[in-house]
Amino acid sequence: MSRRFTPKVVTANALIEGDVIYLTADDRWSKQHHEAELIEDEAHAEIRLLFAQAQPDRVVGPYLAEARPGAHGPEPVHFREAFRTRGPSNYAHGKQEAEAH
Amino acid sequence: MYRYDDFDEAFVRNRVAQFRDQVERRLSGALTEEEFRPLRLMNGLYLQLHAYMLRVAIPYGTLDSRKMRQLALIAERWDKGYGHFTTRQNIQFNWPRLTDVPAILDALADVEMHAIQTSGNTIRNVTADHFAGAAADEIADPRPVAELLRQWSTDHPEFQFLPRKFKIAITGSPNDRAVTRAHDIGLRMVTQDGQPGFEVVVGGGLGRTPMIGKVLRDFLPQADLLPYVEAILATYNLLGRRDNKYKARIKITVHETGLEEFRDMVEAEFPARRALFAGGDQELLAQIEAAFAPPAFRNAPVDAYETARAADPVFRAWADTNLAAHRHPDYAIATISLKAHGETPGDATAEQMRIMADLAARYGHDELRISHEQNVILPHVHKSDLPAVHAALKAVGLATANLGLVSDIIACPGMDYCALATARSIPVAQKIAQRFDELKLEHDIGPLKLKISGCINACGHHHVGHIGILGLDRAGVENYQVTLGGDGTETAAVGERAGPGFAYDEIVPAIERLLRAYLEQRESREETFLEAYRRLGPAPFKAALYPEEGRRDAA
Ligand code: HEM
Ligand code: SF4
Repeated sequence: MSRRFTPKVVTANALIEGDVIYLTADDRWSKQHHEAELIEDEAHAEIRLLFAQAQPDRVVGPYLAEARPGAHGPEPVHFREAFRTRGPSNYAHGKQEAEAH
Repeated sequence: MYRYDDFDEAFVRNRVAQFRDQVERRLSGALTEEEFRPLRLMNGLYLQLHAYMLRVAIPYGTLDSRKMRQLALIAERWDKGYGHFTTRQNIQFNWPRLTDVPAILDALADVEMHAIQTSGNTIRNVTADHFAGAAADEIADPRPVAELLRQWSTDHPEFQFLPRKFKIAITGSPNDRAVTRAHDIGLRMVTQDGQPGFEVVVGGGLGRTPMIGKVLRDFLPQADLLPYVEAILATYNLLGRRDNKYKARIKITVHETGLEEFRDMVEAEFPARRALFAGGDQELLAQIEAAFAPPAFRNAPVDAYETARAADPVFRAWADTNLAAHRHPDYAIATISLKAHGETPGDATAEQMRIMADLAARYGHDELRISHEQNVILPHVHKSDLPAVHAALKAVGLATANLGLVSDIIACPGMDYCALATARSIPVAQKIAQRFDELKLEHDIGPLKLKISGCINACGHHHVGHIGILGLDRAGVENYQVTLGGDGTETAAVGERAGPGFAYDEIVPAIERLLRAYLEQRESREETFLEAYRRLGPAPFKAALYPEEGRRDAA
């Protein structure tokens, strides 16, 4: 019996800004978690991770993070990933800044 | 202030040029991240959760107004208008772009600053008592020795690939404000028969296996310092474990080898090392000492101070809390709290940095210090100038009178910034400070060291907090463990875990119950939290933290 695969997104940090980014289904890197490709199949996840790892000139440290489907697209599961979608809690910096504009 | 020589200047500039080239090669794809990572870390550049972070050394916590202004400029031009002062007397910029970092390093080099050896398995920024050169209780200024150690350790070829990072702290005062007993090597300046020397403590450290350092030599003559420290490092370099990162620090080496045997090995290595020093180091030390000569203290009446104290209760409260005794009776050491209630511990905006620089230039013999407690210090202020200093600080939100109180919290960056974190620490600190401010209880509670780390690495010194808080991830939820009775001074002790952890929204009420229990239990206002804990043991405090359990036991 195989364990059920929990859905994932591919995430990394952008090489120049360091900001958190997500791989989309159409091969872009988005700063928004809900635009990420929600990967529901383990083999496909491996392929997408390899695809990300082959872009060292754009991204740093790509990995698979757990996610679940939500109303507007994938949502993070773990609180660490939830913080990564926003930025720090002591200032409206990081992604929160872009949203305020 | 001590100035770097041409050799230092060329060395630092060279490093910047190399790094600029390395960044270009990283961007072009010629260097992979695996290749680039150690190179950027050698220059203090980390990748955190949301951005890069540049860690800049402030050797022995000493700055002048020119350096502080440059930090303000960097914060404004390349970051988000602020900087974060840390427990290791560094400043961290949380938002630099990779492509800007070479320019930032150049801007630092313009004021003789750098980020070298703020990372990696090398000898890190040597830290010192932040009241050095000013404190009334000091035997000698430890900074010349710290500078000697800095020069000796920078790029020292034998010690660039140690088993693990190596931290040295030094104090010139019997009252240890530099947490020397929680460092790989702690040095306490002492005298014996009128001769200056050091008590050498080894194998202290925090992290996942906290240990209080042990005395390796109770008196080491001053001239033997470098060869002896070299002998310690050489012994560690050979014995230290490289198979397991968690067992690689010297504290584990000393623990596993045994203090006696470790000492024998150091002593056996020492004569050969000493033979290599022909006295050049002592000549250098003498030159450095000259550069650290005390400023020309002013003789002037202090009436203005007494008048302001009598007239202005806000000034008086600040003076009572934030001033420390200076070696010159007409002077005071003024600590500027970077812990305004509800703000991020250790953060200062560019504007605040400039005001602090101005005050240092105008009233403080152009000296500033950064403390491991994440505050800024004007070490030499003539008492008559204190009212003006206070007024200027008040105007920019820097006059909080909370030094050494419950809201003067050390907090590491935690999961708001740090990639290793298991929970947040900054918002916990903010909420505790706000709560006790609302209750107006902190002056009543009195001296208290509360320290928070966002993971087991213990960058926030929670093990040596009278109250320590450690943020963990328990099954995908933030959870906060409390330790009690820690102490970072000359009577150093590691705090004891009180019991199960608390959820994010339970930790502030738990700390409130704990401190209310202290207020009820203390013998008098004079008995501090730590003293009460030492007298009573953990039982009454645990009962306050876990009232449910008491009820269950009674049932
Ligand atoms: C990028 C952020 C950081 C990383 C990756 C990091 C990493 C670490 C690690 C891995 C340890 C444990 C070392 C060991 O037990 O062998 C540690 C300890 C420590 N760090 Fe950090 N740290 C960071 C930020 C900070 C900050 C902001 C401060 C100062 C506020 C700090 C000060 C310390 C101190 C005082 C210790 C404990 C003393 C010891 O070395 O035993 N660190 N850090
Ligand atoms: S204690 Fe942990 S969370 Fe805090 S700064 Fe250190 S490594 Fe990061």
